[in-house]
Amino acid sequence: MSTPQRLHTRIWHEEPEPDNAFAARTALCHGYDVYGDMLGRVRWTEMLFLLFSGEAPWPEQTELLETLAVALANPGPRDQAVQAAMASGTGGAPSAATLMAALSVGAGRHGGARDVFEAMTGWVECGMELAAWQARLAGAAPQRLEIWPAAERAAGFDPHGRRTPGIVLQALERLAAHAPAQRLRWLAEHREALEAAAGLPLAMSSVAAAAFADLGFSPEQGEMLHLLLRLPGAAAHALEQRALGYKRFPFPPVELQDDPARQAVAA
Amino acid sequence: MSGPEVLAAQADVLRTRVGACWPGTRAVFRGQDLHRDLDGSSSMDLFLFGITGRRFAPNELRLLDGMWALTGYPDTRLWNNRVAALAANARSLPSLGLAAGIAASDARVFGGGPAFFSIDFFLRAGEQRRAGAEVEAIVAAELLANRRILGYGRPMNSTDERLPPLLALAGREGLADGLHFRLAFDVEAALLRRKPFLKLNYAGATAALAADLGLTSRQYQVYNVFKTMLGMPPCLVEAAEKPEGTLMPMPCENVTYEGPARRSWVDRGAARHP
Repeated sequence: MSTPQRLHTRIWHEEPEPDNAFAARTALCHGYDVYGDMLGRVRWTEMLFLLFSGEAPWPEQTELLETLAVALANPGPRDQAVQAAMASGTGGAPSAATLMAALSVGAGRHGGARDVFEAMTGWVECGMELAAWQARLAGAAPQRLEIWPAAERAAGFDPHGRRTPGIVLQALERLAAHAPAQRLRWLAEHREALEAAAGLPLAMSSVAAAAFADLGFSPEQGEMLHLLLRLPGAAAHALEQRALGYKRFPFPPVELQDDPARQAVAA
Repeated sequence: MSGPEVLAAQADVLRTRVGACWPGTRAVFRGQDLHRDLDGSSSMDLFLFGITGRRFAPNELRLLDGMWALTGYPDTRLWNNRVAALAANARSLPSLGLAAGIAASDARVFGGGPAFFSIDFFLRAGEQRRAGAEVEAIVAAELLANRRILGYGRPMNSTDERLPPLLALAGREGLADGLHFRLAFDVEAALLRRKPFLKLNYAGATAALAADLGLTSRQYQVYNVFKTMLGMPPCLVEAAEKPEGTLMPMPCENVTYEGPARRSWVDRGAARHP
């Protein structure tokens, strides 16, 4: 008889059925009875908060997370992560492939989860000290080598923007109105100074990072939640494009800059 | 050009130098006709050409091929293989299992992480060596700056069984005498004087060989994506043959719960958490 292989968790506790060790009679999440006590009383965002933080949220935290989840639910069909999901879907790939596409692209530094991670690291390191943020955004700190591509700008800002987009300002204003949103309010108050330091307009990832920090999440948790909360839009757009078919999906002309056929003609 | 003009300049057309296909006519791969100029190329040949834009010699390609083969371990317990196998046993698709397994190989303690940091070290150390620095000084400075050198030591067993066949392969192909590969053993000697378990491992040896082949760290990162992939298909195939849901099943009592005791959701909030 081999030694039982133990998995350790602080999150989930299942009591087995008396006649089947592989079937759960009850399931507790951080001590709360999920199916006996929570189901029917708990909102999705409360469950999400509980899973990640280990504690039930206060109503004002639930409201902030709920508002953030709506803000992030659909980055829209022009977003690169959603484009990847649609490109996967339009060819008829499995649903999981469309979400994996959205996750893979949405993981990146360009407005994705890594951008949120880095921006949240800024909240850990700089707090609400404007001078510390200005030094960070000006690129004063040396970059550490990591497997991710090197950062090309300050995290949380739009490299191709001209001014803060309306939807970012709207999200910031609505989220900052929530009671626990002290970083969001500070961000709104100092936005122009921070944009001047970064030399770029604020992006939605900055708003998300501040909200996650206000909810007490770590950069790792914020990165994970950003991946998760942006999936609904990717899924819906992938299903829509799968139904519409590839003939109606953009397939731009190509300008091949080293075409051997053209070189042969030129010769 | 800056701001949205950068985006506008790229809208509605794809400008590329890596290739394109015209179904029914031809395909171009990095400036060469795939079916004419590259006819007969092996997958590894095209893979490296695709990554670097240059062609590798047959002996170099055999080494790069062997570097995958020597670590193709079909052990379903290994985390990346387990991901692929679980997908199959849960009756998901091979593509999803393999893609997730490959992504799981981009890890901190094995696979992508050590490989990337290791070749980065060898490329920097090689430059310093060419400039006349002593190995001992290179190692001391690296340890001071980064506390450790990835590519040395192994969590479970400091002896790496893949090194003898790798050395034989590199020797057979005439590629065991490069600056970085020789440096890998000099660095090992310097590290062993400090900690006896810091032997050169497979990640370090293969990274040094790749550095000798002229790969940059980012190019090697792409090559390395598939390095542990060959172990996955056997795990996946066997897991698909087993009854559904029976791969590594876990009874409730094997999950050791270390969280709060049972509490009431309705009565929550006696104390306010931060």
